[in-house]
Order: sequence, then structure tokens, then C-alpha cells
Amino acid sequence: MIEVNELSYHVCSKELLQRLSFEVKSGELLTILGANGAGKSTLMKLLCREITPSYGNINFRGKRLQQYTLPELAKQRAVLSQQSTISVSFIVTELVMMGRYPHFEQVPAARDLEVVQLAMEETGITHLSGRDYNTLSGGEQQRVQLARVLAQVYDCPDACLFLDEPTNGLDLLYQQQMMELARRLADKGYCVICILHDINFASRFADQILMLKAGRKVAMGPPVEVISCENIHETFSINVKLMACEGYSCPLVIPAMSQNKL
Amino acid sequence: MAMFVLLVGTMVLSSCIGAVSISFAELTGILGKQAGFSGTTHFKPQQAAVLLNIRLPRVFLGVLIGAGLGISGAAVQGLFRNPLAEPGLIGISSGATLFAVLMIVLEVGFFRSLSGISGFYALSLAAFTGACITTSVVYRLSVRNGRTVTTTLLLSGIAINALAGAFTGLLTYMATDEQLRTITFWSLGSLGGASWETVTGILPFILIPVAVLPLIAKSLNALALGDAEALHMGIDVRNLKRIIIVLATIAVGASVAVAGTIGFIGLIVPHIIRMTFTADNRLVIPGSALLGAALLTLADLLARTIVVPAELPIGILTALIGTPVFLYIIIAERNKSNI
Repeated sequence: MIEVNELSYHVCSKELLQRLSFEVKSGELLTILGANGAGKSTLMKLLCREITPSYGNINFRGKRLQQYTLPELAKQRAVLSQQSTISVSFIVTELVMMGRYPHFEQVPAARDLEVVQLAMEETGITHLSGRDYNTLSGGEQQRVQLARVLAQVYDCPDACLFLDEPTNGLDLLYQQQMMELARRLADKGYCVICILHDINFASRFADQILMLKAGRKVAMGPPVEVISCENIHETFSINVKLMACEGYSCPLVIPAMSQNKL
Repeated sequence: MAMFVLLVGTMVLSSCIGAVSISFAELTGILGKQAGFSGTTHFKPQQAAVLLNIRLPRVFLGVLIGAGLGISGAAVQGLFRNPLAEPGLIGISSGATLFAVLMIVLEVGFFRSLSGISGFYALSLAAFTGACITTSVVYRLSVRNGRTVTTTLLLSGIAINALAGAFTGLLTYMATDEQLRTITFWSLGSLGGASWETVTGILPFILIPVAVLPLIAKSLNALALGDAEALHMGIDVRNLKRIIIVLATIAVGASVAVAGTIGFIGLIVPHIIRMTFTADNRLVIPGSALLGAALLTLADLLARTIVVPAELPIGILTALIGTPVFLYIIIAERNKSNI
């Protein structure tokens, strides 16, 4: 689905990403973990072609990412960015309909209207359809945006979804619902790439975890393989304890007692 | 649709009322005769002359300029993702004003013929050139690595506006009393220069933006979510911004060139539509053209009838009518959100 080879990106002389290589298949949920400034967002921008790599290349569905036209790409991958405010007020359905923009010229077809409904059902926001986006709570806004992103690639069963910290600002229930939805989409065949901060959430839902530190790959693989005290210490510079938990293949990660004397 | 009816209604009303009054039946009679039908309605030749040579061009000019100002206001607000933006912000109006004032003050020999039609054209052309120059300077300043940075666009717009304003001020300072009067009237705006020549002259400059901008309304909606989001939806954001700026300059530059600076239409018309109907640009863009046209025609009707036989500069009227309406909408909106 996505193959990344020797990917590097630098601004002036500052290396933001260095020689990164990995592969994601369709049907997989990949989460990217890393401290602030580790290059997670830069990587995501490169993957969705917001910026161009300095070195290396990205193959998307067997073809160089740069060879796609923007409208072509829009039908095969969608991006949920971190929340931003919208100065103009749109009705929820109008906003979700924007996800269908790559699919019609001036007037939405019957299928577009149908997909908007389906995407809203999938994200559980049908009851909000007539509301003004700006009057919604942060969690509701995030789900509306997700519905828009979902509507964009609804017809493409093996499309790619990029989620940049989708659980940010959501309460525990919505965080869980968001990740369950991401998981469900991956099971349907979508390739989902997701930046997360919560290691336990990542290991609970992801097929693969990519750990980044200062633009380099620390580890990549299934959660059971990469979740270790060493990897986490290297990635986040924190000490943690792992706790096996009944019914879960991957151990839980909890902060270790501070070693520093007060 | 309702707005289209409103526009046609205003046009008819505006054609009929004036120093020489013409009834609706007489209006259709005159127009019918022009179209080749031998109507039964009788009208005086004077009425026909006034309608065909004076009033109709003026009504059409008002429609064109109003549509141009309204639609470019809506487009520019979409571009900046800011409902407070207006075409003047990126230097269109100030550039046009500076060049027009430059013509009036410096070309003293030329100035004498300004009352004639050639002088009028020269002034318009200068204003249009000025608009293009300032806008392209502002646009170039704000392009970095091939990307248009909206904040920089806004800031350089403010800077260029200040600079153009300073030069205009300097020229005003140098101007003679007679020139000052011309400058003042020009900067207050008027449709008094209307003739079939001016109408056909600016027709393409208005028609192109009015025809093209509604087609990119969808992209403008996407742009409201953010540059990156629009890009992810497959929209060539850089190209989109360029198109909007060029079209807005064409429309506003041409309007300022012919009628001077007419404020408020570009700012409030898109607002009225957004607040009464929807923020969906697919309606806001064409709606702004229609409502802008209707509003300016109406304002012009008032401008030339309210102090007969004299005539009020239309810029004063648009501000006089526009501001209370605008404030009313804001207050109504505020009260609604309190509930």
C-alpha cells in the first residue's frame, strides 16, 4: 500500500526526518508514536503530499506519490488534521458534503448524498446533521470532521486514512469510540495511519507501531514486539514499567516511580 | 431566485423614476419599439431619449459594478477565510485611487480635457493600471516558496495601502482647489459617468469574474477548512488563490476606474447572504453578485433622486444605508446566539 524508502526531509540544515524506511499494507492500522518534535507530523505531511521529501521516495499503491494528480489522490486518501477553528459557520451536513467535493463537479449526485448519510451514521453524528458546526463541542466537531474524511474515501474500499492525533481533546468514551472506528475501518480494508500519544491505546488498537525519535526510526513492528522498556525509554526518555494484563497480548505501560531524589 | 426577482424589480424601478418620470407601460413601450414591436402605448420622444441614452446605461452600469463589487467581496472573504476582508484590503482600491489622483494632479495639461470622454477613459485606465500594480506587488510579496501565505498577504496589503494612502495624501496636499474638488468627487464614487460606452467598456471585466467565480465556489468552501484540508481534498490551492486575486482585481479595478471608490458593497453584501441564508459559497458567490447589483442600483436611484436636481455621491449613500443594515444584522445575529 505505502512503501517508504530512505525518506529524509530537512528545512535549511535542520534534519527533521532521516533515512526512514517502512511499509504499510492495506487493512493495517499503523500508529506513529514519538515525543513532541520527533517528526511525526512532518512524516504525515510527507505521506499525504502536503510537502515534498528532500531525499528518498514514497510509493503509494505501487506508484510514486508525486505522480498522482491532486484530484486522483483525493479519491484514495483522506486526512483528518488536528482541530482548527473555522471562521465561517457551516451546517454539519454541508461540512460532511465537502468530503464528496472530489467526486462531483457542481451538483452532488444521489450517491454523494447517500454517502454523506452513511458516513454520518458510521461516526454517530446523524442527530447533529442540522446544527451549526461552530456551536458543537470539541468532541462533536472532531467526529464531524471524521465523517467528512470518511465520506471522501467511502467508495474506495482500500483507501488510506491519515489521522493526526484523532483523540486529542476527546473524553475517554469518545477516544475509545474513535479508535474502535479506526480499527473497524482497518478491518474493512482501509489502511489507517494514525499519530497517537497514548502508548496503551496504540498497543490496544494498532497492528503496527512506528516509534520515532528526532526524525529516526527507533523501532517498528507489532505492539508485542516493540513495546519494551528500552524502546520507550529511548523514544520518550522516560522510565516505565510493563504490566502483563489478563486477556491482552501486549503488556500495559505505566510510568515508573521517579528515580530522582526529591 | 428571489434575489433575481429583486434585481429585475430594482432595475425596472430605477429605469422609471427620475427627473423625467416614465411609467411601466411607457417603459415596455419604448423597449418594445426598440426590439421591433410596434406597441400601442404612447410615449413622448423625450422620454425615450432619456431612457435609452441616460437612464438605461446608468442602470446597467450600476448592475455591473454592484455585481462586480459584491462577487469579488465574497471571493476575497473566502480567500482570507475572514468575513472582515474586502477587496480594498489587498490594495486594489488604494492603488486605483492613487493612480487616478496622480492623473488629476500631475497631468495639468491633460486635466483640462478630463471633462471630455477621452479624459474619462484615461482616468479609468490609470485607475485600473494602479489597481493591477498594487495588487501584483502585494501578491508577489506574499508568495513564499510558491505558496501564498495569507497572513503575509494581509500584512503587505495593509502596508501597500498605507503607502498608497500616503502618496495620495501628498498629491492631495499639492492639488489646487479645483483639482481637490475633482479628487473628492471621484473618491466618493458616482455612476454619473454612465454611457453605453462605459457599460460596454467594463462589461467583459465584470462578466468574466461573474461567470468564473461561481464555478470555484466549491473550492472556496474547502478553503474555509484550511489550506492543508483543501489540498487534501484535491484542490490546487496555489492556483485557486491566484485565480481569485486576478478576478477580484479585474472586477474591482474596472469598477473603481469607472465609478470611483464605492465602499461597503463588497463588505456587507456577502455578509447579508451568509447571515440570512447560508455560508455555503455555492450560494454566497452568485448571490453576492445579484444582491450587490440590486443594492447598488437602488443606492444610485436614491443618489440621483433624493436631492433633485443635484446628485449625491453614491459612496456616501452606500455607507449611509449599508452601515445601519450591517449593524442591525450583527445585533440580530448576536441576540440569536444568546438564546
